[in-house]
Amino acid sequence: MTEKKIIRTPLTDKVIGGLKAGDLVYLSGRVYTARDAAHQRLVTMIKAGQRPPFDFAGQIVYYAGPCPAKPGQIIGPVGPTTSGRMDAFSPLLIDLGLKAMIGKGSRSQAVVEAIVRNQGVYLAAIGGAAALMSQCVRQVELIAFEDLGTEAIRRLTLEMMPVVVAIDGQGRDVYRRTPCQVRR
Amino acid sequence: MREIPCALITTAISEMCVSANCLLAGDIRRALAEAHKREDSPLGREVLATLLANAEVAADRMIPICQDTGMAVVFIEMGQEVHITGGSLVEAVNLGVARGYAQGYLRKSVVRDPVRRENTGDNTPAVIHCQIVVGDQLKVTVAPKGFGSENMSALKMLKPAQGLDGVKEFILDTVAAAGPNPCPPIIVGAGVGGTMEMAALMAKQALLRPVGEIHPDPFWGEVESELLAAANRLDIGPAGFGGRTTVLAVHINVYPTHIAGLPVAVNIGCHVTRHAERVL
Repeated sequence: MTEKKIIRTPLTDKVIGGLKAGDLVYLSGRVYTARDAAHQRLVTMIKAGQRPPFDFAGQIVYYAGPCPAKPGQIIGPVGPTTSGRMDAFSPLLIDLGLKAMIGKGSRSQAVVEAIVRNQGVYLAAIGGAAALMSQCVRQVELIAFEDLGTEAIRRLTLEMMPVVVAIDGQGRDVYRRTPCQVRR
Repeated sequence: MREIPCALITTAISEMCVSANCLLAGDIRRALAEAHKREDSPLGREVLATLLANAEVAADRMIPICQDTGMAVVFIEMGQEVHITGGSLVEAVNLGVARGYAQGYLRKSVVRDPVRRENTGDNTPAVIHCQIVVGDQLKVTVAPKGFGSENMSALKMLKPAQGLDGVKEFILDTVAAAGPNPCPPIIVGAGVGGTMEMAALMAKQALLRPVGEIHPDPFWGEVESELLAAANRLDIGPAGFGGRTTVLAVHINVYPTHIAGLPVAVNIGCHVTRHAERVL
């Protein structure tokens, strides 16, 4: 934890190539929130040959459903939800160009393989640190599925949100370390 | 008979939904601070420091600690000398939940049907557990439960021959299988004995016990501390990034059971494990 490593969107292959599982980095730029219900709809649309409501090629999806904003704020607390529930949908989205995902917890082998195949990355935000994370959000735009409430797709502009590289482009996985491999 | 009006219950529930979600309980805060001192993984220390800073921001601004403000689990211990006036107890509780989640800008996370999944829009209904006790008071506990941790919970009907070793193994296996998903460091609530639903209910209630308080029966107190030490050797660590802080406390509640059975339920609580209580 010496100096802060800052990465900005869009995440290029060069930036992703420099990330290693276990690194703590600070992310600035645009991400799209989508969780269970939004994923279900996105994949249903894609499979039916329809155009998804936003072009996720090269983009980052943040598995999050924020609290409502208090008056005078733009968003409520917005921490990560458990990523594993999106495992069934992610390989398809990654193969179609999704570059990175932010969430918490481990991913399936199929997701790890899709990440490696496409030079992607999976970032873990700190589960439960949602109040702090809301302070990293500079702008919020509703993009799609407004009827889903907290589960709607929103574009967030982040400033220095702390995330840990959980699965890097080579498939190294912070959650599947041999004991103490990452920390010692 | 002592009369307690529904409106009083509604107001109390609504205020507790907000306070439980925005103010980290003192016992958990202290446990996190202690863990931060002991943790030797650099990333783990960073995570614990972040969680403590997060709790401060939440309290200062009265915003939720976590965006998952949970499904409202409400425990009511109602004295048998109490008479509820002015409406239905269940409606009073649900009105309190709806009001608290609206006024506190809390997330509405409840769907009407588990398969068809349409959001109810006001976080109702609550899950209500009511028990009749002696006295003329009404004790209300609001424990909003997040599902990152709820999803990692488990129940098993063991054979009596599996005994204490079987109980310990199942609890530890459940913590290990949960891994990074339930937002460690976690609180482990276990219910041992009773019937299937009784074990699950005891596990939930065990999460409400203050961290640092051990089981009054020294036998079970010893099991709790043994499991705590064993779980913290799993190297799951804060946020699952490795380290010695995986579990803040193991709480076990027990109840007599049938000659043929040994039910064990494990309910996992995240590092927030929200709860607020009030006696009316």
